[in-house]
Parts: sequence; C-alpha cells; structure tokens
Amino acid sequence: MSVVARIWARMRSSKTVMVSGGILCVIALLAAIGPWISPNEYVAADFGNILRAPTLSAGHVFGTDDLGRDLFVRTMMGVQVTFAVALVASVVSLLIGVLYGATAGFVGGRVDAVMMRLVDTLYATPFIFFVILLLVVFERNFLLIFVAIGAINWLDMARIVRGQTLSLREREFVQAAQLIGVSTPRIILRHIAPNLVGVVIVYVTLTIPQAILIESFLSFLGLGIQEPQTSLGKLVNDGTDQMEGASWMLLIPATLLAVLLLCFNFLGDGMRDLLDSRQSR
Amino acid sequence: MSLLEVRDLSVRYTDAEAVSGLSFGVDAGESVGLVGESGSGKTQTALAILGLLPEKAAIGGNIAFDGAEIVGASERQLDRLRAERIGMVFQDPMQALNPYVPIGKQLRRILLCHGTSDGRAADQRVMHMLDRVGLPDPARQFRAYPHQLSGGMRQRVMIASALIADPDLLIADEPTTALDVTVQAQILELLERIREETALLLITHDLGIIAGHCERLLVIENGRLVEEGPTRKLFSEPQSPHTRKLIDAAPRLDGALPQPPETGDIVLDAEDVSVSYTEREGRQQLHAVQDLDLQLRAGETVAVVGESGSGKSSFVRAVLGLIPMRAGRVTFCGRELAGPVQARAVEMRRDLQLVFQDPAGSLNPQLRIEQVIGEPLTVHAPDLDAKARRKRVAAALQRVGLEEGLLRRFPHQLSGGQAQRVAIARALIVNPRVLVCDEAVAALDGSVRRQILDLLQREQQATGLGIVFISHDLAVVRSISHRVMVLYLGRLIELANGAGIFGRPRHPYTRALLDAVPVPDPVSPGGRLSLGGEMPSIITPPSGCAFHPRCRHAKSRCRVEPPKARRIGDAQVACHRAEELEL
Repeated sequence: MSVVARIWARMRSSKTVMVSGGILCVIALLAAIGPWISPNEYVAADFGNILRAPTLSAGHVFGTDDLGRDLFVRTMMGVQVTFAVALVASVVSLLIGVLYGATAGFVGGRVDAVMMRLVDTLYATPFIFFVILLLVVFERNFLLIFVAIGAINWLDMARIVRGQTLSLREREFVQAAQLIGVSTPRIILRHIAPNLVGVVIVYVTLTIPQAILIESFLSFLGLGIQEPQTSLGKLVNDGTDQMEGASWMLLIPATLLAVLLLCFNFLGDGMRDLLDSRQSR
Repeated sequence: MSLLEVRDLSVRYTDAEAVSGLSFGVDAGESVGLVGESGSGKTQTALAILGLLPEKAAIGGNIAFDGAEIVGASERQLDRLRAERIGMVFQDPMQALNPYVPIGKQLRRILLCHGTSDGRAADQRVMHMLDRVGLPDPARQFRAYPHQLSGGMRQRVMIASALIADPDLLIADEPTTALDVTVQAQILELLERIREETALLLITHDLGIIAGHCERLLVIENGRLVEEGPTRKLFSEPQSPHTRKLIDAAPRLDGALPQPPETGDIVLDAEDVSVSYTEREGRQQLHAVQDLDLQLRAGETVAVVGESGSGKSSFVRAVLGLIPMRAGRVTFCGRELAGPVQARAVEMRRDLQLVFQDPAGSLNPQLRIEQVIGEPLTVHAPDLDAKARRKRVAAALQRVGLEEGLLRRFPHQLSGGQAQRVAIARALIVNPRVLVCDEAVAALDGSVRRQILDLLQREQQATGLGIVFISHDLAVVRSISHRVMVLYLGRLIELANGAGIFGRPRHPYTRALLDAVPVPDPVSPGGRLSLGGEMPSIITPPSGCAFHPRCRHAKSRCRVEPPKARRIGDAQVACHRAEELEL
C-alpha cells in the first residue's frame, strides 16, 4: 500500500503525467457515457444525412459516414475498443509477463534457460503469419484480435522482469532475508516484487500504445474488428476511402488515435523520469 | 600572497547551507589537509575552487587563485584554469576515467587540448608521466583500458592525468578511501614524491593519512572552519572539541587490547573450507579459498583480515551457506550445517547473522525501518501479535542507540551510520549466537565507526555473542579482536591472538600490513611502504608460497614449495622462515 501511495505522490508532482493522464481520463469518460446519452445508434442509418459534415443542428456532432451512421457514436465505440485492447494488453503482460519473468529470473539455471528459449521462439514467429494462422484455424471472431495481441504482448515484459529479478536476486537485502530464514515465495512477494513495481508500471504504459497500434493495423488490413462493429483503426481505414469528399471521416478518428497514443507515450515517459529521479536522489 | 586564497566562502542549496564562511589559504608548494566528516562540506569546497558546483548552488565569498577570481569567472577562464593550473584527483578513479578509451589516449587528449600539437611529443610525455607515477611497463599500459587496471593503478593514472599539465595546485579528494591499506601507502608515498613541484590540498576524513603527509591542517565541521594550524601542533594540543573527537576516533595501533573471554564453548567450527569459482570460458577452476579453518567461541571476536581479493568474503559467505563450498565441513554447536542457506532448517538460520558493508544496499528500499527490523520476528516468532512485535522492534532500535521516531522512515532517509545500526538491529533482534560483520564499518566515518564498534562490544559482553569481523584494515580490528586471521590469495598467512599479531607478527605479510596502517600521530605516522607491487590474481597464482613475489625475505625454497601452516607458540604461521625472521 505504501508503494502505491508514494508513486501517486510522485505522479502528482509531474506535469507531463498529470496532463496526459487527465486527457486520457476525459476521453475514457466520453467513450463510456457518450454512446449512451447520444440519441443515435451505432448501426442505425440516417438516410437523410448521408456523408453529412459535422453539425450541431442535425444532431451529428462528428458528422455521418457514407451509410449515414452517426460518427460520434461510432468513434466513441472505437475508443472503447481501443481501451479494451489497452486493458487486455496490460493485464496479460502484467499477469503472464511478470510471473513468467520473475520465476525464470529467481529460479535461474536450467529452468530459466528453457523458459527464455520459449520466449525467443515466440519472438521469432512472424506476427502477421501468426494472425492469419489463427484466422484459418478458428472462425473470424472479435476475440481473436485480443488473443493475438495478448500472445505477443507479454514477451517483452517477461524479458524485462527477468533481467530485473536477476539483479535484484544478488542484492544484499535478499541475501539478508535468506539468512534470516524468510521463505522463497515470501522473498519474491516482499523483497523482489515491490522493487519491480516501478519498472513494471512504466513498461505497461509503454506497451499499451504498442497494442493499440497493432489493433489499428490489423483492423486497417481487415483482419481485426468486423462490421458493423468498429474500432479507431477501422474508422481510419473507412475514412481514407472518403478522404476527398468527407475529410472529417478520416481526420476525427485519426486525431483521436494520435492523441491517445501520444498521451499513453507521455504517461510512460513521465513515469520513467519520475522513477529515474528517485534513483539518482 | 597565497597561491590559493579562499575568503568567506559559502555554498548554499535551497534546503541547506553546505559551506558557510570558510576562509583559508594555500601557499605555493605547501601541503594542506582539509579534514572533516562526511557531509561537512569538504567536497563542496573542492568543487567550488574548481568552479564545478552545480548551477543550483548559490556561491558567496571570494576564491582567488594566483590573484585571479574564480567565483563568477567565465566558463572559458575556468577551463584554462582547470586545464593548466589546478589538477584534481577524485575518490573513485573508475568513475573519473572513461571506460571506452585507453588510458594513454585519455592522457594524450589532455595535452592536445592545450598547446601540444605534436602527437609524438604528447605520447612521449604521457609515457613519461605514467612511468613517474609508478605504472609498470608504461609502453604497454598506454593501450590498456581502465577496467584492465587494478584500483591502485587506476588511481595512479588519475594522478598522472592531474599532473600532466604541470599544475601549481593538486586537489586530492579522498584519493585512497576506496583502496586497500597497502595500496593506500603506495599512493600516499607517490603524492609525497610529487609534492616537490605542486601545492597539495588533501581532502580526507582520515586523520591517519593527514598526520604523515600534510604540513598544515584545516578542520571543518558543518561547513565551518573549527580549527586551523600546523599538523604537529594540532595533534599535540587540539583546541576545539571537534578536533579532539576526530583524533580520538581514528584507529590506532597502540592502547590496550581487549581481554579474551575466559571460557566459552566453540559455537562455530569450520574445517578445511575451500571455495572455487568456475571460469565459464576457460573451464578453469579459480581457487578463491583453500583449506581454511575457523573456530569461534562464544563471546569471542575473530577478525579475518586481508587485501581485496584475499578471499575473506568468499570464506565467510561459504561458511554461512550463501555460496557453495567445494570442500569442507561447518558445524554449529555440534550440528552440521550443510548445503545452501535456503535449504537449512529455519530454526538453524536464527543463530548465524550477517551485517554487510553497504548498509543502504542491505536494507530493502521499499520497506519502512519498522518492517525491516521486524521481519526476522515474522519468521522466528510468528505467534507474536502486532503489538508485541512493535514493542520488540522498538526495544531493538533502542538497543542499537536509535530513536523510536525512525521507525516510520524509509532506508534512504537515514544516514550511513543510522542505516548500519538498523542492519545490526535486524541481525540482533532474534538473539543470534554468531554475528558476521563483512567490512561493516568500512564505509563509515571515524567517530561513527567507533560507536558501531563499541556497540558490538557491548552486545558481546551482554550476550556472549561470537563475532567474525572481516576487514582490510588491521587498525580497525585491533580494538575489538581477540584473535586475528590474516589471509592472502585465499590461503592462511597467520592466525594469532591480538598480542601475537600486533606485538610479535611472525609473517612478513602481517608485518607489511601493520606498517602500512596510517597512524594519527605526526611524529611517527606509520603508513610506511614496505610492500611493493600488488596482490597477484587468483587466475595465475604464483608458484610455491603465494606471497613470495612481494616478500623481501623470500629464499629459493619459497619459490617452489608452498608452506604449510604450523604452530609456533600460540600462533599458526604459514612461512618457511617464520622461526628465524625478526620482524
């Protein structure tokens, strides 16, 4: 608990972290309640307003697409998917990545070698090939994209956590705990894990934009989210088709995507700076 | 007029004043010692003289070097001054040298930066400097990278780089603190030699070093000058109580030896302990420790002494089960301790505790002091409720002389001495029978060191604690050790009681270690250099007696036949000539 409290206190002292975090919160809130309070539905076509530019009078603040669907609701839905991807990516890399890396690092020896070679193998598999394989074996499915992102997302985390654990294991306070008679699981929980928290938090905020980009990329290729559901990547894809006549269809989702990515990146950078300054002090 | 004239210098940071109202001078060719405990503003003063303070520091007062003002001078003027007039030697040469550039090239750059345009002449001069500071085979070392040199050699290179531009003043900031006593003696002797051509400002917390090497002393406390005067006078009649305290705290080689305990059962018994490391690439076995024995009685302190690389840490860590033993047997109160420490029964792990050299590193930075000290209780007294545990923790804190207010702090909020006391409290809270201290006071100031040693002694008298005390410095262990074990390259050199080691050393290496100890006495300062060279690496141990290449008494027999430790009187000595030598 004390660790969390201290990290929160440090976060509050950094402008980058507070501003980017604040923007993310506002967007998340909009995405959560926007579709709910909007009079429009994400599948309902408004045939009187096809390819309508953003307007207040017709009730389409972000305009409509070529089928007359309200872009505000669809964009917010895309943001929801984006946040879902971010959530899945961070949970998977936190759970699998941290546990896997910490085990490999702390146990060491042959176990470590086998576990890390498995990671290397997964690394070496071409990602698109892997996704196409998933699509062939299973049906096209909304969940597949999460499986694909989850499968590769924990690899980096596992490596980083393992490296940290290796160096923490040699630290004198761990040796002191061993001499006292503290059991191995307790050493991992009380001495290794709290000292990993800093790195892990930073790394999670850095993998989130990566996962978002992958989702957008897959949806852009048509391998991800399927109609009538949508995501930011898919909206950008649709927007490029109508770029000349209806620039808002491209600009609005593209800007939102860029803002989200920037905010997550800034958040990660800010967190890293905070933790660095703590080390040098 | 003095060469360096500091007048009313103050260095202020937002939260504290590091130096306040400091005035002193250094004449050309003079050697001045600046003495103070850590945090007293010594280094801040040196950085101010060099114009190297960070921008957030507010500087007041004047510093005149040869008439030119340093405070407020332009970066360009400062560059010239630092390059040509003032040389600086830092504490840690590994951090002061660029690890990616061969040392010859680094020194050459200094010359090429000011004036010397001829590359060959520069090389010649670098070679000459390396030779002068005592680097063996300068032509070859020219191409060596910093990590390929030993700590002492690196410090020589630093001194060469500070002297290469012929400065008028050399500032040395704790130049020997990171080094072994024997190497320290060599470096101090080198500084003594170069004194003919430059003035020296020697910054240190160790009065023993100052006593033999400085004409005049400045004692500072909390950024203020508390006393100033000729070295001899200051030592014989110190005026300020702070100077008195510093002199008293310095380790000495005279005074009473501690009384050994009358009787006591052997609690810890290690026999024939050997430790090897395997070099992965060469598949080579490095014998870090060879056939060492240790018997420790209750209430007794045994010191394990040797230079870095002597295997003293490997030996005790193997005994504790932190690293694997190649051979040997360790029993504790008659029960055998086998295998790594994680595999030993929890009750068995209560009785042997370790205190590390670096107090900060041995405390988990994420835990509060209360949790750190209380952790052993969660293992060894799990049925204690929170209230009772807090009471025990508070008592343990009191036992090591700390206030209860520290309980809610984190380790980085403590001073070095406080952190080391916390580490000792954590070790003692479960009332162990044996405490191993691995250079536990090496990182601490003189007076704090004294307090920690007193604390250990008090604990020993109260509880009959057996202590194994590892140190590279014989003077530090003198006041607390009943027996001393001297190691060299993982082998036993001499094992004797205090009177034997300090009164009648039988091995030339023990003698050399004693000679190298700087004593805070300007009349006979010690710190003599009676040992050339450095400890060889365990990768290529010398034939015969491992010590023979550095021994001035070595005979042909010493080169071929390794000596066995044998009993002479109360002592065990591993030297072929132990009986005949008068050391």
